[in-house]
Amino acid sequence: MSAKQDIIDRIRNATGGSSITSEIEYESINRHYRQAGVLDPADRIELFADRLADYGSPVYRCAESEIAPTVAGILTERAKTGLLVPRDLPRIWLPEGFYFFRESPDYRELDSSEGVLTDCALAIASTGTIVLRHAPGEVSRALSLIPDYHLCIVFPTQIVETVPEGIRQMSSFATLPITTISGPSATSDIEMTRIKGVHGPRTLEVILVT
Amino acid sequence: MSIRVGEAATAPDFPVAAKKLVSNAQIRQNVRRATDVIRNKRARVVEEVEDWEQLRQAGHEIKEHVLRHLDFYLQQFEAACTRAGGVVHWASDADEANRIIVDLVRAQEATEVIKVKTMTSDEIRLNPALQAAGITPYETDLADLIVQLGEDQPSHIVVPALHRNRMEIRRIFSEKMNLPELGYRPEDLTDAARAYLREKFLRVPVAISGGNFAIAETGSVCVVESEGNARMCLSLPRVLITLVGIEKIIPRFRDLEVFLQLLPRSATGERMNPYNSIWTGVSPGSGPREFHVVLLDNGRTNVLADDLSRETLDCIRCGACLNACPVYRQTGGHAYGSVYAGPIGAILTPQLQAMQHSHSLPYASSLCGACYEVCPVKINIPEILVHLRGRVVEENHAPLLEKLAMKAAGYVLETPERLSLAQKAIRIAQVPFTHDGVIRRLPGMLAGWTSVRDLAPVPKQSFREWWAKRQKEPRL
Amino acid sequence: MHISLFITCYNDTLFPRTGRAVVAVLERLGHTVEFRQAQTCCGQMHYNTGYQAEAMPLMRHFLEVFRDDETICIPSSSCVAMIRDHYPKMAAASDDPAVSRAVDKLLPRVFEFSELLVDKLGVTDVGAFFPHSVTLHPSCHSLRSLHLGDKPERLLKEVRGLTLIDLPEATECCGFGGTFAIKNVEVSAAMLSDKLRCVLGTRAEICTAADNSCLMHIAGGLSRQRTGIRCLHLAEILASTEAGEVS
Repeated sequence: MSAKQDIIDRIRNATGGSSITSEIEYESINRHYRQAGVLDPADRIELFADRLADYGSPVYRCAESEIAPTVAGILTERAKTGLLVPRDLPRIWLPEGFYFFRESPDYRELDSSEGVLTDCALAIASTGTIVLRHAPGEVSRALSLIPDYHLCIVFPTQIVETVPEGIRQMSSFATLPITTISGPSATSDIEMTRIKGVHGPRTLEVILVT
Repeated sequence: MSIRVGEAATAPDFPVAAKKLVSNAQIRQNVRRATDVIRNKRARVVEEVEDWEQLRQAGHEIKEHVLRHLDFYLQQFEAACTRAGGVVHWASDADEANRIIVDLVRAQEATEVIKVKTMTSDEIRLNPALQAAGITPYETDLADLIVQLGEDQPSHIVVPALHRNRMEIRRIFSEKMNLPELGYRPEDLTDAARAYLREKFLRVPVAISGGNFAIAETGSVCVVESEGNARMCLSLPRVLITLVGIEKIIPRFRDLEVFLQLLPRSATGERMNPYNSIWTGVSPGSGPREFHVVLLDNGRTNVLADDLSRETLDCIRCGACLNACPVYRQTGGHAYGSVYAGPIGAILTPQLQAMQHSHSLPYASSLCGACYEVCPVKINIPEILVHLRGRVVEENHAPLLEKLAMKAAGYVLETPERLSLAQKAIRIAQVPFTHDGVIRRLPGMLAGWTSVRDLAPVPKQSFREWWAKRQKEPRL
Repeated sequence: MHISLFITCYNDTLFPRTGRAVVAVLERLGHTVEFRQAQTCCGQMHYNTGYQAEAMPLMRHFLEVFRDDETICIPSSSCVAMIRDHYPKMAAASDDPAVSRAVDKLLPRVFEFSELLVDKLGVTDVGAFFPHSVTLHPSCHSLRSLHLGDKPERLLKEVRGLTLIDLPEATECCGFGGTFAIKNVEVSAAMLSDKLRCVLGTRAEICTAADNSCLMHIAGGLSRQRTGIRCLHLAEILASTEAGEVS
């Protein structure tokens, strides 16, 4: 007998298992927690910006038409000559005078790069979370992870207030790889002192389009 | 079957292990500081959540529902994961899981693997099995790295190295990473870990992870982390092997909306932990080319079989109960002799082993209830502790002297006449032990009391005697 | 009101003064107290230590003794918790519908002492006088099983001459835990040392609680260390008047 059959049999013996009514029972689970936000869009955006500030992530605001110059200003301030970008990132966001390379499959090239510029799939205000969807042409997992610097563009229409709203949107691409980012990586493993930036990008900056 | 829960089957009894740890001032300081910090952080972020109780209730109900239909959901997960290009393996016990994983690594002709924190792998003792097969596992969570390089055991679910202070960590890193000039600040230590591990992340072709949640509906797995090492292990290597206990299943993707609120706030006192990774099977063109899931029983069906304590399997491994527990606070995790420590460890460890071992663990509690208050999925741990104590007694693992004493006490307490007689007898028996109105030393089973506390002698007149006398006297 | 007293086996034997205090307070408030000599024990020690079979006859006896009483007063949170939290389960396990019915009938009529005063009798000022500084240890059963909240505090605040000092880390378990105190001596003592540190830090003369079980353990430590601090059950403070403490 296979392990699978053994395990299934043991489960059935233990619970008197029945799969027939599972759907009905599932629907009867009490979900009295908040499933939707209450803030208006302006407050929602401010909440998101607040949370990012809590994480120590600088937030730059600009109009959609100003994205390229804003990127230019940030790169200049950071003394960077350019960034890696996902294949399908809109070209009009990329300013002249800097290098923007499409991501390379070579991890070491990613490791020695100056950083990455991406957009996102959605954002959750209450937790200051940015959600990346790793579809072909969009930012890959490696690209959003290995470089030490991540600049992310977020549009106000992408921001939801609550986690349930965020998950609901994520369900529509549930089988793509997904990464949620809530502040830079951190550990509290050394005497409970919170140290930022262990393996993921140590600097995360956000351009919040107004 | 060889069910294994780390080294729990041969660990010393809790009171014995606790005695040593209680005398260790540094461990007590470290544990106290760590638990205080997380307790306070947790309290702050839970207080701001208006619907916290509703979330707890939903989390509880979802988990209870899954357990009732676990056969269905496991098979649904297998089908969905397989459709997405994953390979699902089933392991009845620790040995089988180790065999499957070793074979998968060998099939890659790999001699190294990078690992993401998973207590489940400590439970089955995967690392020794890999090493015996000539495969070197590298732990990549900072705390597990500290524990591994320090050749030690984890002492907390979420902060496994909390028993180590920074001086000890510096010494371990300096020696094992060959960094004689290593600085002393926490930043220096994490920088050293970053460099040491990055080299491995970019090179090692096989990774082994656990999973916080396995979603039946989509066949997806979700890993919750803070450092970024899981993201590295889950997306860079060629082959990914994910080991999950069968109780990690949740029904549908939407159920993450409950657990991704409960877990970070309970575990690390954050609104959301830095990184969550969710993936399904394999994705062409990115990430691992091969993905294997090992579904592990290893005694979980034993826990399932007792419907009075089945809810032990609701646990989402947040560690909040450890931080709240006044007993854990005095001893740290090593006293429990198991990878699962604290209140959850006290109920899970013996049950996984079908109550064959770890009989002292259900008694490692004063039943204060602090754990139940903080459990995000409302596991009634105190009630389960009492139930398991009943099983220890019923299944004949209670000390003989204790059984006799309890039987005698039960006999005495059944009737008022016997109770009165016993009260009179105690008043006589205590005379040789009473000096200047206080008892400072008692024999036998009661010596434990007087070794650290005084005892006031039994008064000359019991309440019932006073009442009887009063009834006879005429009153105004 | 006619109030039936369940003194509890350990109060009967070790702390009869608490029982005398309960009687004094209730009679002072104009009520009649009944004490049924047939009573013994609620079964908590056996039940919590895993000897659930031995606890069953104790429960049955309790149900029998208190069958006809409208109001039952119990000066021990842990015993009330045993009855409220565990008697229904024990009744279900007994498979005896008569027992289940008896337990259902019993539960609404059982009151911990401060619950009785504040909730049922509607009083917080019981005419007490106790000119000392006091700190209150809110026992785990009071806090987490009975949810007594601030009832004991409210009662103490009405006591003339009494200075109530907040106990730091009050919600931490004292380490008694019934047989835990014997089966896990080292940890019980370690927990006690933290509790003593907090009690000593308040500089109060008296430590009180709604449970003599905790107090026996705390007093044992206070005495061993020769601190000169006394422990008194809440009822004994409430029974105290200008004429003196209850004897």
